[in-house]
Amino acid sequence: MNELLNSIHITPLWYLIPSLLMFCAGVYGFLTRKNLIAMLISIELMLNAVDINFVVFNRYFFPHSMEGMFFTLFAIAIAAAETALAIAIIINIYRAVHNVDVTSVNEMKF
Amino acid sequence: MDSLGSLIIYAILALAMVGFGIMAVVTRKILRAATYLLFTLFATAGVYFMLDYEFLGAVQIAVYAGGIVVLFVFSILLTTHPGDNSERLHSRRRTMGLIAAVAMLGVTAYALVSRCALLTTKLPYMENPDMHEIGGQLVGTAAGGSSSGLYLLPFEAISVLLLACIIGGVVVARKR
Repeated sequence: MNELLNSIHITPLWYLIPSLLMFCAGVYGFLTRKNLIAMLISIELMLNAVDINFVVFNRYFFPHSMEGMFFTLFAIAIAAAETALAIAIIINIYRAVHNVDVTSVNEMKF
Repeated sequence: MDSLGSLIIYAILALAMVGFGIMAVVTRKILRAATYLLFTLFATAGVYFMLDYEFLGAVQIAVYAGGIVVLFVFSILLTTHPGDNSERLHSRRRTMGLIAAVAMLGVTAYALVSRCALLTTKLPYMENPDMHEIGGQLVGTAAGGSSSGLYLLPFEAISVLLLACIIGGVVVARKR
C-alpha cells in the first residue's frame, strides 16, 4: 500500500485531462444550446479550462516566475468585462424580441 | 510522493470540475446551469489553492463566483421564467455537437498523451508567492528587481477596459 502510494505523483497530465474535458463540455454546449445565456455559460466554461492550463504549466515548469498566474488574472478580469457587456446586450435583445433565443435574433435592426 | 489527503482532494476536485461542467451544459433548466457553473468555478478555485496560488484562488472566488455568477443569475431571472425547461434539442443538432466535442477531445488528448514524457514531472518546490512579491512583479510596487512592474501597462489597459465596459454596459442596457 505504501509503495503504491509512493509511486503515485500528481503530474501535469492529471490537471490537463479534466480541464480538457471541461473545455469539450463547453464546446458541446456552445454548439447545441440556443439560449444566449446558456451559450455564455459554455463560453465561461471554456475560459475557465484555459485558465487552469496556464496555471498548471506555470506551476510545474516555471515555478520561480509568475507569468501564467498573471495571465490568468488578466483573463479573469477580461472575462468579467466580457460577461457584463454580453449580458447588457442580451437584456437589450430581450427587450426587443421578448426572448433570448439565438434563432429569433435574425435581424440587425428591430 | 503526494500524501493520501492531497490525492483524495484532487479526486474530489477533478470529479466536481468535470461532472458539474458537463451537467451545466446538458441540463435543460437554465438556472440550474448557472448553479452548476458556480460549483465548477469553486472546484477550479480549489485547484488553484492546491497548486499554492492562494491569491489566484481568492480572485477566482471573488470575481467569478461572486461577480459573474450573480450577473448570470440576475439576467436569467430578468429574461426567463425560472421554472421553464428549454425545449428539447433536435437529435441532429445534438449529434453534431457531440461529434465536434468528441473529435476535439480525441485530437487534443492524442496530442497531450503523445507528449506524455514532458508531462510527467513531479510538482517542484515553490515558495508560496506573497502579496509583496505579486504586487512587485505585477505593477512594480516593491523596490528594485529587474523583473518588477513588467505588467504595469497591461494592468492600466485592463482598468481602462473595465471603465469602457461599465460605460458600454450602461449605454447598451439603459431604457430608451
